[in-house]
Amino acid sequence: MLDLIFYLLAVIALAASIAVIMVRDIFRAALCLIMLFMSVAGFFLLLHADFLAIVQVLIYVGAISILIIVAIMLTRDARHGLPLDNYKYWAGAVGLLLLIALAYGILNTTFTLPGTAPLEQTIQPIGQQLFGNGYVLPVEIAAVLLLSAILGAIAVLRDK
Amino acid sequence: MTLLDQFQKMLMTAGLPDWAAYLVPALVGIILIIAVSLTLVIIFIWWERRLLGRFQLRLGPNRCGPEGILQPVATGLKLLLKEDIVPAKADKILHFLAPIVVFVPVLMIFAVVPVSEGAILANLNIGIVYVIAISSISTIGIFMAAWGSSNKFALISGMRTVAQMVSYELPVVLSIVGVGLVTGSFSMLSIVQAQSIPFILLMPLGGVIFFLGCLAEMNRSPFDLLEADSEIVAGYHTEYSGMKFAMFFMGEYGVALAYSAVIATLFLGGWSGPLLPPVIWFLIKVVLVFSFTVWMRATLPRLRVDQLMSFAWKGLLPMAVINLVIIAIEVLVVPASMLWLMVILNFAFAAVLVLLWSRLFTLGGGRVEV
Repeated sequence: MLDLIFYLLAVIALAASIAVIMVRDIFRAALCLIMLFMSVAGFFLLLHADFLAIVQVLIYVGAISILIIVAIMLTRDARHGLPLDNYKYWAGAVGLLLLIALAYGILNTTFTLPGTAPLEQTIQPIGQQLFGNGYVLPVEIAAVLLLSAILGAIAVLRDK
Repeated sequence: MTLLDQFQKMLMTAGLPDWAAYLVPALVGIILIIAVSLTLVIIFIWWERRLLGRFQLRLGPNRCGPEGILQPVATGLKLLLKEDIVPAKADKILHFLAPIVVFVPVLMIFAVVPVSEGAILANLNIGIVYVIAISSISTIGIFMAAWGSSNKFALISGMRTVAQMVSYELPVVLSIVGVGLVTGSFSMLSIVQAQSIPFILLMPLGGVIFFLGCLAEMNRSPFDLLEADSEIVAGYHTEYSGMKFAMFFMGEYGVALAYSAVIATLFLGGWSGPLLPPVIWFLIKVVLVFSFTVWMRATLPRLRVDQLMSFAWKGLLPMAVINLVIIAIEVLVVPASMLWLMVILNFAFAAVLVLLWSRLFTLGGGRVEV
């Protein structure tokens, strides 16, 4: 049963990610990207990581993809696709390099399954790990980084 | 242990194969949700129209059936029979899919709303975060409608959606964190069980902020800028007719119903109450919250876009942050046996904060002076 769901999700994820680069209409491409995010959330659910799955939906589907869509809406002539042809070969080369690096990384990693049963309550352990075991500083630094990014955006956009 | 879990166990012991024992309760749950929520939506449409009639000193629909209860059915039939018009320049696939993407997440919210002890479809330990995450998917449906119908008014409405959803999500989430701090869990069941005092009394400011944020998230007056008919015709569903429009309409009322249920669960004590059975208490609270939103719709004029944004970012957000800090300190300092102290303190803080912020938003000459 779970295997079947996994393969179904895998097919959806692969089809969506191929569609993202093949579809000419950039708005549809963004929607395919959202489908990919949703299927990744499904993978998290299969791994009993319910909090991660929900955060995936909340951040990627609810926030990041909406940012992408807004950017598309503000772009002129978005409907006819972008004149990407100038960068065809460069993009191909960079994509190939990325593919090699990723494949190397994935093939050289041994993925292990945890021997313990999945937790019933997931939020409390995550919170205790993040804020109790010396990860407080990285978390806070990430927060400060985001804040400074927001302030930077305001400073750039503000009319004098 | 929820009722569905018990049902699943019963099927297992009855000797059904694994997949069937898993699938049958799931299907039963899905059918239950669709049936109950659609019936409630129909009743709520009628209830809102009647209430609005009373507020505006007229009768409201009262011809079809006793007291006009069959009016939504007649409206539905009319919509079913109407021609489905798709604009020639529309993106056909997006135009077709948008109503579904708006409507389905609304139904999914009901999966974590507890109607009474054990009567909940999925007792997730992240229940309320799930609600926030799932309801953000509807925004994409609105976008698809706005872009797909290639209509300028729809596109403006789509841009307004982003502004509104993104800015009002923050105060909503921050006030939920307050609930989580007091409860120590995000599961809807434990939130209800933790409310010996309803949270609206324990943290009045958080409750009010959550309510206002929810009003904005469900696009109801005075935050219904997406379909402000005096400005942008009908917003994102300008180019929709027939059954597809009906889907949007139902989705809108479904969200109102779902958020009323979530507010009742988080801040009004959910199903708990004396004497009457829990389901009745739950329904009473949901109808109460919904009637309150109708009251607001009948009373308040629609906000302007800039007023909407400044209300979220300069009004609700700072108040929500201060409220969260106050609650965090109180959870640390006030002992659990002295909750009444927390009630008094929070009412005092709420009064002070609301007074302070109301001085920031003085209306004068048609523009907000901030």
